[in-house]
Amino acid sequence: MLQIDHISKSFPAGRGRRTMVLDDIVLNVDEGQSVGLVGESGSGKSTIIRCALGLTRPDSGRVSYSGIDVQRSSRFDTLRFRRDVQLVFQDPYASLNPRMTVEELVGEGLLVHKLETTAAGRRARVVEMLAMVGLGEEALARYPRSFSGGQRQRIAIARAVVIRPKLLICDEPVSALDVSVQAQVINLLQDMQKQLSLGILFVAHDLAVVRHLCTTVAVLERGRIVEHGTREQVFDTPQHAYTRALLKAVPIPDPVVGRARRAERQAAP
Amino acid sequence: MGVDTILTDGIVPAQLRQRPEALLQVDQLSIDIATRDANVRLVDNVSFGIGRGERVALVGESGSGKSVTAQALMRLNSRVKLSGRVQFDGKDLLSLSNSQMAAMRGQRMGMVFQDPMSSLDPLMTIGDQVAETLRIRGVSKREARQRALDVLDELKVERAAERLDSFPHEFSGGMRQRVVLAMALVGEPDLLIADEPTTALDVRVQERVLDLLDEISRRRSLAVLLITHDLGIVAGFADRVMVMYSGRIVEENEATLLFAEPQHPYTRGLLEAVPRADITVDRLRSIAGAPPAPGARPSGCTFHPRCDHAMAMCSSVEPGETITPLGARVRCHLYGAG
Repeated sequence: MLQIDHISKSFPAGRGRRTMVLDDIVLNVDEGQSVGLVGESGSGKSTIIRCALGLTRPDSGRVSYSGIDVQRSSRFDTLRFRRDVQLVFQDPYASLNPRMTVEELVGEGLLVHKLETTAAGRRARVVEMLAMVGLGEEALARYPRSFSGGQRQRIAIARAVVIRPKLLICDEPVSALDVSVQAQVINLLQDMQKQLSLGILFVAHDLAVVRHLCTTVAVLERGRIVEHGTREQVFDTPQHAYTRALLKAVPIPDPVVGRARRAERQAAP
Repeated sequence: MGVDTILTDGIVPAQLRQRPEALLQVDQLSIDIATRDANVRLVDNVSFGIGRGERVALVGESGSGKSVTAQALMRLNSRVKLSGRVQFDGKDLLSLSNSQMAAMRGQRMGMVFQDPMSSLDPLMTIGDQVAETLRIRGVSKREARQRALDVLDELKVERAAERLDSFPHEFSGGMRQRVVLAMALVGEPDLLIADEPTTALDVRVQERVLDLLDEISRRRSLAVLLITHDLGIVAGFADRVMVMYSGRIVEENEATLLFAEPQHPYTRGLLEAVPRADITVDRLRSIAGAPPAPGARPSGCTFHPRCDHAMAMCSSVEPGETITPLGARVRCHLYGAG
């Protein structure tokens, strides 16, 4: 469905030099597949998202959606792309317009893409969608400010999913949430994916969350994908030294594991 | 049936456990803030102790009161009203004058925050910033510089001697956090309060900083109060863990026991809600709802609206503190002594 085909991107770094940000990235997301892209800050995660959406033009390689180049699509294809591919951002406090009610926020896509032309039809779809993300009808007339971070992220997911996209791109969707609320949103994304056979490109720095949600995982190190495989391959038998180093450094909520690891590190030269 | 028969092998009953000599003792600390409309209680009747050289974690979600508590111990927030008692090495911190408290801060207690860039002055060299607390205390320029260098070396900042004259923007995030740690540690305090010190860092850098902190705390027998939302880093670092929810400490125990045998439904829920990078599970257990805002706390046990085990009394009666056979100090009616 989404094909990222050997894209590279560099940016000017002053004095005529260029910094390589993405180096020959190959990544596909098929229908109903959940793909995790893991990387530390500065590894190029956001640039990949920008390229995938056609917001940044890669220096070489191409990104296509259902076989159509996202940079060279016709007006008709662009509209379809914008309906099929939706985004969920990291910060639910910044991604929802504070002046719009929940009904307007969630219903906007239906209006823009002319999926429901009557107000009553839109309302019905919005209510149904809100129920799917665990919010009641009383939310309709309220504004984002009266919701907690976790609820806002549900609203953002409802807004993205209401027009039945085929691909959801999630950029660190739970990293700003409290621990007890994170699990709710992770479970919600998991349910949505199964029920609607959504493809998900899940971009995050948190390996534990990626392991939980994605069946295919790619590890990004300074603009290169150094490891790419099934969840079991990447997490249980990592091949690349960088993946192993990352996995060793993820804190595990178990004091026995934590202490054993520290002892191991201190014993090493 | 005696307590010893309930306990499994290798677990020492709470009352027999050797506790290090108390360095910090907090008794019934409450923190209130006056807003335009009302008086809001941010932290409610919190009591705990930290021994010399002990590493204690205070875990909680946003709004639980963990950072406010940390600031209160250092008396850093003048807008809140503190009541209760905070004793540090026998001195009552809440009755010290401002200048006495300022002296405590540099010399006996140090603090680091999440964002190193906001703790550093961009226009001052690293060397001058680390040496500043010593200079204020009248240490000579030369000696202060030497001690700043020593502490940067101790924190394994490479080529520290050359970098004393660098500015914060020349450092990476992890290095900046080491500089901030150096500032807190140069006065050789007995207690370091670290408020989310590694939250902004990548995992490998986080691990490095925590290892350094672990090493220094052992070498200097420095007590550390680690404040965080991340149960993962707590597990590898702390000797003892306190879990805070909505302004109260709901559970406290030795780290090994708290993770192996969590008692409070909130602690259990939290541990089950955290995805792990080392095992695959089908579905995470989640805690319904969200933590309450400090001004809108439910009555009785503040966790009751989200609790699977809530009973009739939970919504009206605030649970007192009980010590379970496993030594957990817990505030929950499930363990109520009546």
